Amino acid sequence: MSKSIQIKKGLDIKLKGRPENKLSAVDVRQYALKPTDFNGVTPKMLVNVGDKVKAGTIVYFDKTRENLKFASPISGTVTEVIRGEKRKMLEIRIEADGANESINFGKEDPKAMSREQIINRLLESGCWPMIMQRPYGVIANPQDEPKAIHISAFDSAPLAVDLDFALEGQAVAFQAGIDALKKLTKGKVHLNVHSNETKSKVFIDAKGVEINQFSGPHPTGLVGIQIAHIDPINKGEVVWTIDPQSVVILGRLFTEGVYNSEKVVALAGSEVKNPQYYKLKVGANISSLQSNIADGAVRYISGNVLTGTQIEKGGYLSFYHQNITVIPEGKYHSFFGWLVPSPKKHSIYRTALSWLTPNKEYRLDTNLNGGERAFVVTGAVEKVFPMDIYLIPLLKAVMINDIDKMEQLGIYEIIEEDIALCEYISTSKINMQSILRQGLNSMYAEMS
Amino acid sequence: MKPIRNILDSIKPHVQKGGKFHAFHSFYDSIETLFFVPDHVTTKGSHIRDGVDMKRTMFMVVLAMVPALLFGMWNVGNLHFQANGVTDFTLMEAFWYGFLKVLPIIIVSYAVGLGIEIAFAQGRGHEVNEGFFVSGMLIPLVLPVTTPLWMVALAVAFAVIFGKEVFGGTGMNIVNPALLARAFLFFAYPAYLSGDTVWIAESADAISGATPLAVLTAGQHLDLSLMGMLVGNYAGSIGESSTIAILIGAAFLLYTGVASWKVMFSFFIGGLTMGLLLNGLSAQFPENAYLALPAYQHLLIGGFAFGGVFMITDPVSATQTETGKWIYGFLAGFIAIIVRVLNPAYPEGVMLAILFMNVFAPLIDHYVIEANIKRRLKRAAVAK
Repeated sequence: MSKSIQIKKGLDIKLKGRPENKLSAVDVRQYALKPTDFNGVTPKMLVNVGDKVKAGTIVYFDKTRENLKFASPISGTVTEVIRGEKRKMLEIRIEADGANESINFGKEDPKAMSREQIINRLLESGCWPMIMQRPYGVIANPQDEPKAIHISAFDSAPLAVDLDFALEGQAVAFQAGIDALKKLTKGKVHLNVHSNETKSKVFIDAKGVEINQFSGPHPTGLVGIQIAHIDPINKGEVVWTIDPQSVVILGRLFTEGVYNSEKVVALAGSEVKNPQYYKLKVGANISSLQSNIADGAVRYISGNVLTGTQIEKGGYLSFYHQNITVIPEGKYHSFFGWLVPSPKKHSIYRTALSWLTPNKEYRLDTNLNGGERAFVVTGAVEKVFPMDIYLIPLLKAVMINDIDKMEQLGIYEIIEEDIALCEYISTSKINMQSILRQGLNSMYAEMS
Repeated sequence: MKPIRNILDSIKPHVQKGGKFHAFHSFYDSIETLFFVPDHVTTKGSHIRDGVDMKRTMFMVVLAMVPALLFGMWNVGNLHFQANGVTDFTLMEAFWYGFLKVLPIIIVSYAVGLGIEIAFAQGRGHEVNEGFFVSGMLIPLVLPVTTPLWMVALAVAFAVIFGKEVFGGTGMNIVNPALLARAFLFFAYPAYLSGDTVWIAESADAISGATPLAVLTAGQHLDLSLMGMLVGNYAGSIGESSTIAILIGAAFLLYTGVASWKVMFSFFIGGLTMGLLLNGLSAQFPENAYLALPAYQHLLIGGFAFGGVFMITDPVSATQTETGKWIYGFLAGFIAIIVRVLNPAYPEGVMLAILFMNVFAPLIDHYVIEANIKRRLKRAAVAK
């Protein structure tokens, strides 16, 4: 039976530069694998600079969980390994040869395969890291038996990706991916769609899934919020999550027999001349999109404005992201900016004037709009955080590293993206996402 | 704007690390951030941030106090002239007299408070917190106009240091600093904070300076119309007497969402409930006229409205949980009227009730959060 859940709490931040439903292909030669895309992964190289790789060749693995392997998205040559402080591996750069050669893993119907076989296929092809787990927001552990697998079929974040559009024509691969995922859990595979906006047959006609309907403002589209409303995570339970475009990539492994990480990526934001979609593979360099981006002091983000990662001009698309967002940098002083309400700023609070123009699209920049303070204002987080969790006490428990309290207050149920809006509206300008990550990391270290 | 920026930029190198005047960097910061929102950009987490910061939020509370402040200034002059038998004074004359009386108190309050805040921020290497924006205005409004300036300075210093900074500054304090300042004076110098003589500046005793609560506590009949209670042209602390002016501030706070309507509403309900209970008792104790005061009138006189709008709603010293806010507000209002009516030593109970509940707020939160934890454990047990 499908559930229909309406969520009232939340906030839609309307930004300029929403992507138009237009898809282009671009020729990308430079790629990079970024071990920093994954929480808790210590990379160990399996290839050397100068080695030839194919799409699906394992480039590195995780030293702490050796069965987690990471594959090259294209065929070409490993050109460089970029390291940061303490020789931390940041990027493994690969130059494509244009031959598009892939390792053939063999076409097979996942329905006819055993759980073991599917898991091994996913691990060997480098597809496995697409499956995330809660708690902790890390790559799923293949030894776990998840209580359920959740897929959010819509994006509600600012400058959201239209997943109906992104999955056009991918019905077969998507279904194959679902079939494979179904083998991984004894529980249900939940496909959470938007009550009114999800129209694509790819989702609505998907077989073997429990379809749940959701409506409401952001963060309704986040899988963590959906899990909390369908079947919350309790202590000791594990739930896996995956996004629809990754399901398609995973499906292709069975329908085409190759690791083809091509997905539909939105180039959006106020500093993009013609916001639209591009076909890109994981790790693609964004330089070829540069002609569509305005000049000036801008910030390039892999992912969305609330949760994405800052990348350099000419940086690379991160593993989990399906959008590149470009917004202006905000390095300026604003004269009495705290006092005079600016029509350019957006706020959830009525002490500014933006609530008078709810449909206006904003060109927001990266200015912090204030200085960091202690927690003072109360009752605001509750407006944008539709979960039965006392977030501020939880964050305070993280700050004093009280593992028991973190567990009691429900840290298992959330990851950074779930509280990004709370961080956005914080008048104290507290970096809540990084505090939560710190807590999740210490829990993870404690439990493993 | 440009000239100010230029001046600030020219000073900046001297107060930065390694500069000659690094010791004054917090002072510089507070001046700079007063004029300009800093050019800080997001470095981690969300790349965009809400346009409202702490300064603006705090400033809204100060704005909300302006009607009470202006009325209080006028009332100081009004009472002064009446007490001296002057009848033909204009509104502006009364206001100007009050303005000159009240302004020094405000200046002393801000100068001492901000001075200490800056010194502590300096010591900790923090930015100066805006909390004192609000406290600095609240303190003058809850004092009698005749309070000597040195006493104001002493109370502010005590409240900021022992009420706030010893706990780590704004956001960490247990009790409301402004109320602590008043409580300090109330207990340290009772003669200046109670009685009939302190409420009117330079009085010649042509009228009695007794506050309505003092009259009632003395068991006398209160000769004050309902309109008088609403307008508030009677003796009292500078900002507390006019219910109308306070309600304008309340409307502003609620409309902007700066103050929690739950706390405010439940505070008044708590007061009303206790008032009604006492009314019920009055039949059995006819000799105590105070018990028979109509419950709603309790909300209009003394510091009840002021406390309910500006004091109890302080988010730091109140309960942090939404459920807790109902309990907290209700109990504070309830206790305020108990102290007011049943304790002959203190004519007003609002200050003590709120301070008392400030101390209990973390306990209320504790139980609300425990309930959440139990709910989570129960869910896990059912799932298994």
